[in-house]
Amino acid sequence: MSSAGSSCGGPTRALTFAYDERARSVRTSPSSTESATTAVGSSRPDRFRWRVVDIVVASVIGVASGLVFWLWGQAYNPLSAPLEAALPGLQALLGGGWLFAGVLGGLVIRKPGAALFTELVAAVVSAIVGTQWAALTLVSGLVQGLGAEIVFALFLYANWRAYVAVLAGMGAGLALAINDLVLWYAGAKVEFAIIYTVCSLISGALLAGLLSWLAARGLARTGALSRFASGREVSARV
Amino acid sequence: MTLAPQPPAAVSARGWGWRHASRKAWAVDGLDLEIDPGERVLLLGASGAGKSTLMHALAGVIGGDDEGEQKGELLVSGQRATSARGIAGLVLQDPDSQVILARVGDDVAFGCENLGVPRDEIWRRVAQSLDEVGLDLPLDHPTSALSGGQKQRLALAGVLAMRPGLILLDEPTANLDPEGVAEVRDAVARVAESTGATLVVIEHRVEVWRDIVDRVVVLAPGGGVLADGDPRRVLRDRGAELSASGVWIPEFPPRFTQRRVASSGGRLLDAAGLGIARVRGSRIADGLDIGLDEGRAVAIVGPNGAGKSTLALTLAGLLRPDAGAVSATPALAGPLKSVSPISWRSKDLLTRIGTVFQDPEHQFLSSTVRDELSVGPRALELGDVEVDARVDELLERLRLDHLALANPFTLSGGEKRRLSVATVLATRPKLLVLDEPTFGQDSRTWSELVSLLAGLLDQGQSIVAVTHDADFVAALADDEVRLA
Amino acid sequence: MSILTPTAGPQAIYRINPVAKLATAFLLGFALILTIDWLSAATALVLESVLLVWAGLSVRQFLLRTIPVWIAAPTAGLTTLLYGQPLGQTYVEFGLIHVTDGSISLAIATALRVLAIGLPAIVLFVTIDPTDLADGLAQVWHLPSRFVLGALAGLRLVGLFLDDWRSLELARRARGVGDRGRIRRLLSQAFALLVLSIRRGSKLATAMEARGFGGDTPRTWARESLFGWREIALIAIGAAIAAIAIAVAVVFGTWNFIVG
Repeated sequence: MSSAGSSCGGPTRALTFAYDERARSVRTSPSSTESATTAVGSSRPDRFRWRVVDIVVASVIGVASGLVFWLWGQAYNPLSAPLEAALPGLQALLGGGWLFAGVLGGLVIRKPGAALFTELVAAVVSAIVGTQWAALTLVSGLVQGLGAEIVFALFLYANWRAYVAVLAGMGAGLALAINDLVLWYAGAKVEFAIIYTVCSLISGALLAGLLSWLAARGLARTGALSRFASGREVSARV
Repeated sequence: MTLAPQPPAAVSARGWGWRHASRKAWAVDGLDLEIDPGERVLLLGASGAGKSTLMHALAGVIGGDDEGEQKGELLVSGQRATSARGIAGLVLQDPDSQVILARVGDDVAFGCENLGVPRDEIWRRVAQSLDEVGLDLPLDHPTSALSGGQKQRLALAGVLAMRPGLILLDEPTANLDPEGVAEVRDAVARVAESTGATLVVIEHRVEVWRDIVDRVVVLAPGGGVLADGDPRRVLRDRGAELSASGVWIPEFPPRFTQRRVASSGGRLLDAAGLGIARVRGSRIADGLDIGLDEGRAVAIVGPNGAGKSTLALTLAGLLRPDAGAVSATPALAGPLKSVSPISWRSKDLLTRIGTVFQDPEHQFLSSTVRDELSVGPRALELGDVEVDARVDELLERLRLDHLALANPFTLSGGEKRRLSVATVLATRPKLLVLDEPTFGQDSRTWSELVSLLAGLLDQGQSIVAVTHDADFVAALADDEVRLA
Repeated sequence: MSILTPTAGPQAIYRINPVAKLATAFLLGFALILTIDWLSAATALVLESVLLVWAGLSVRQFLLRTIPVWIAAPTAGLTTLLYGQPLGQTYVEFGLIHVTDGSISLAIATALRVLAIGLPAIVLFVTIDPTDLADGLAQVWHLPSRFVLGALAGLRLVGLFLDDWRSLELARRARGVGDRGRIRRLLSQAFALLVLSIRRGSKLATAMEARGFGGDTPRTWARESLFGWREIALIAIGAAIAAIAIAVAVVFGTWNFIVG
C-alpha cells in the first residue's frame, strides 16, 4: 500500500504500545476489591491546568463577546459624537463595552490567563469581522485583557467576589485609557486625557465589572456551567 | 477488507460507580458488566439509569477529579478507561455539537491528527472512512451545509478514522428525522460488519437497532444491571416495563388518552394562495390553501427543507407571507381591526395564537418555572390574583409543581417540553401551533403530550403541528398538509 | 454568516499563509501609528493602493467590507479638528471647541492615517480562512495547539449563533414581549444566546476530547502550513511601504512622533 515504509498498523501499533506502558505503571495502585473511591486519572489534577472544556468555553465567550464588540464598535461612532460634544473625553464612558469579555472569561473559567485569552479572542473576532481599528484591535485586546488579568492575579486567582470583578473591570478600563491615549489620541490636551481616563474607569467598573459578575452568576444558575467551579458553587450537592 | 488494525476491545466493569460533583446520589453504583470483543450491545434503561455516564466513562471523557468521584474498576482492553483515550470512539446525540472543523475532510482528519498519525496515512483513512459511512462529498465541502443525518455520519467517519476497538453511540439518531435515522443506522451496520469492532449503542428506539445488535443490557436507575441477554428474550420478558419507563418497543406501544369528540367548530384561520419564505424573495413553497377550525388538528408533513417550520411560523403570525394572505376570522380576531396576524402586536397574539418552538430553550425568559409561566399573563396585565391562579392550575395540571422554583434550563428534556407547552396555555389562545412537539422524546413524554393535546382538542382547541412523527399524526390529526 | 465567511478566489493573495498577512498588517499598523502626519499617511496610502489592486477584491466587496474605515476616518478627523492640541492661528473658539491651524493639519493627518492603517488590514483579514490561520499560528509561530484549535472550534460555532438569534427573536414575539422594551429584550436575548452557546461549547469540548484532543500524544498536522518566498515577499513589501512612508516624512520634516 504505502511505499513510505509505514504500514497500515505502524503508527497504531506504536500507540497501543505506549498505552500499555502507561497501564503497566498504573496497575501498581490498589485493586478494586476494596470499594474505596479512587482518583480518576493517574495524577493529581493541577488547579490551574486548562482542560479542553475550559479552552472551548472561553473561546465561545470570546467569540460571542467579539460579535458584541463589533456591534458596539459600529454604534460607537454615532453615540460618541454627542457625548464628546458635551464634554470631550466623555465618550470613554462607552469603553466598558469592550472590556467585559476578559472579566467574564476570568470569572467563569477561573484559571490563570483566562481573562487575557478571552479578551484576545474577542478582539481577534471583532477585527476579523472588520473594524476601523484593524490590527490594532488586537493590541487593545491584549492590553485590556492584561488589565483584568493582573487584578485577578493580585487576588491569587482565588477570590471571585463582586468587588474583585469591579476592580478587574477598572483595571481593564485603565489599560484601555492608556492604550487609546497613546495610540489614537496622541495629539490631545491634558484635560481630555484626564476626563477620558476617569470615564474609562467608571465604564470599566460598571459595564465590565459589575455586569460581568451578574452575567456569570446568572449563567451559573442556568446550570450551563456545571463543569466549572463557578457553576458548582452556586448550589450545594443536590 | 477489515479497517481496524486495532483489535476489538473488551469491556469490563467491576463494582463500578460514578458520582457527579454537584449531586448527592450516585449516577451509577455497583455495576458489574462484561462485554466480549466484537460483541454488539444495546444499552437500555429509564432516564437517570446512568447509561450516558457509562458511555462517557468508557470513552475516557467523563471529567477529572474536580468533576466527580469514581469507585470500582472500569477497564477497556485491560486498561483503565480513563487513561485509554483513542481506543474507544464516541458519537454523541447532538449533530451540531460534534462538528469540529469547517470542512468535511478536515473534520474527519481531526481524530487522526490528535493520535499522531502521519500525514499521508491520515488522508488515506479519511477517504476510506467517508466511503464506509456513505458520505460521498468532496473534502472541502462545508460542514455547515450538512443535514442532521449527514453530520452524524460525519462524526462516525471521524471516529472510524481513529480505528477504534470500541465504538460507542450515545443516542445517535435521537435528534434526526426518519430519513436521517435510516442513513445513520445503515452506516453503523456497515461499519460494524467491516471493522468487527465492539459496539455499544444507547437509544430509546429499539426497532432501529434490534436487528443489528446481538445483546441487550438493561440498566437499573442508580444501580446495576436489570436484564441482560438475547434481544428477543429480554424485550419479551421486560417489554412492558421498559415501555412504561420510556423505551419505544413496537410490541408495546405507548398508551395515551384517545380523543373523544370528533366534531369541529367554526373556522378560525384561512390561508389563501399562500407563499412562504424565510428571507424575502427566496420562496420555499407556493399556492397553499389551508383552513383551521376549532376542535380540529392539522398536521404539516413533508421532507426536510420543504418549509414546514416556515409554514407554521407564517400561520402563527411570526413570519410575513411572501405571497397570498393569512386571514383570521372574526371568531379569532375579535375586536381587532386587522385580520392578518403578522400585523398584530405580540400582546394580541398571546390570546389568539400560541406557538411552541421546536427547541423549548428558545422560549425561556425567566429564571424560575413560576416566573416563566407568569410572563404571558403579566404581559396581558391580568391582576396578580388571576396570574397566580392560572400559574397554580398549570403547575398542577402539567405536573410541574415540584419544580416551581427551579431554573427552566436545569429541567430534563421532557420537563422542558411540558413547560414550553404550559407557558403557551397560560394565556388561553384559541389556536395552538407546534413545531415538532415530539422530537427526540421518549415514549413516556410522548404519551403525556399526546394525551394533553387530545384533551385540548376535545375542549375545542385548534391545533396545527409540524411533525415527522407518523404515530403522532395517526393519533391526533384530522387533516394533513403535505409539502413537497 | 455572510460577513464572517472569508471571500474566496483564485488570486495569489488567498494562498498566502494567513500568518504572513497578519504580520504584514501589524507591521504597517505599527509603523504608521508612530507618527501623525499627512505625508507619511498619504505616501503609505498611495503605495498600498497598488497592493490593494493586486489583491483582486471586486470593487463592491472592497467597499462593503471597508465601510467601517470609511466612516471612521472622517469621524476621527472631525474629533481632532474640534478638540486637538491648539497650535497656530485660531479660527473658531467656542467652549471646549478650539479649531486652529494645528488642529486642522492634525485632523487631515489623522483621517489619512486611519485609512492607511485600516484599509490594507481589512483587505488582508477578509482573505483569511480561519482554519488556515489556526494551522499557521500553531505550525509556524508555534503557539500551543490546544488553545489555537480550541479557539478555532469556538469560532466555528458562530454560524449557529445567528440561527439561534433569529429563533430567539421570533420566540419573544410569540411570548408577548415583542412590542416594547427593545433594549431589555436585546439583553435578555443576548443572555439566552450565551447560555445556549456555552452549553453547545461544553458538548463540543466533550466531542473533541472523545477524538483524542487535549492529550499528551504529540500531534501531527493533516494540512501543512507553508512559509515560503511568497510570504516573505508580502512581509517585505509591507516593510518597504512602511519604511518609505517613514523615510519620506523624516526627509521632508513632517515627522511627528506620537509621544511628546
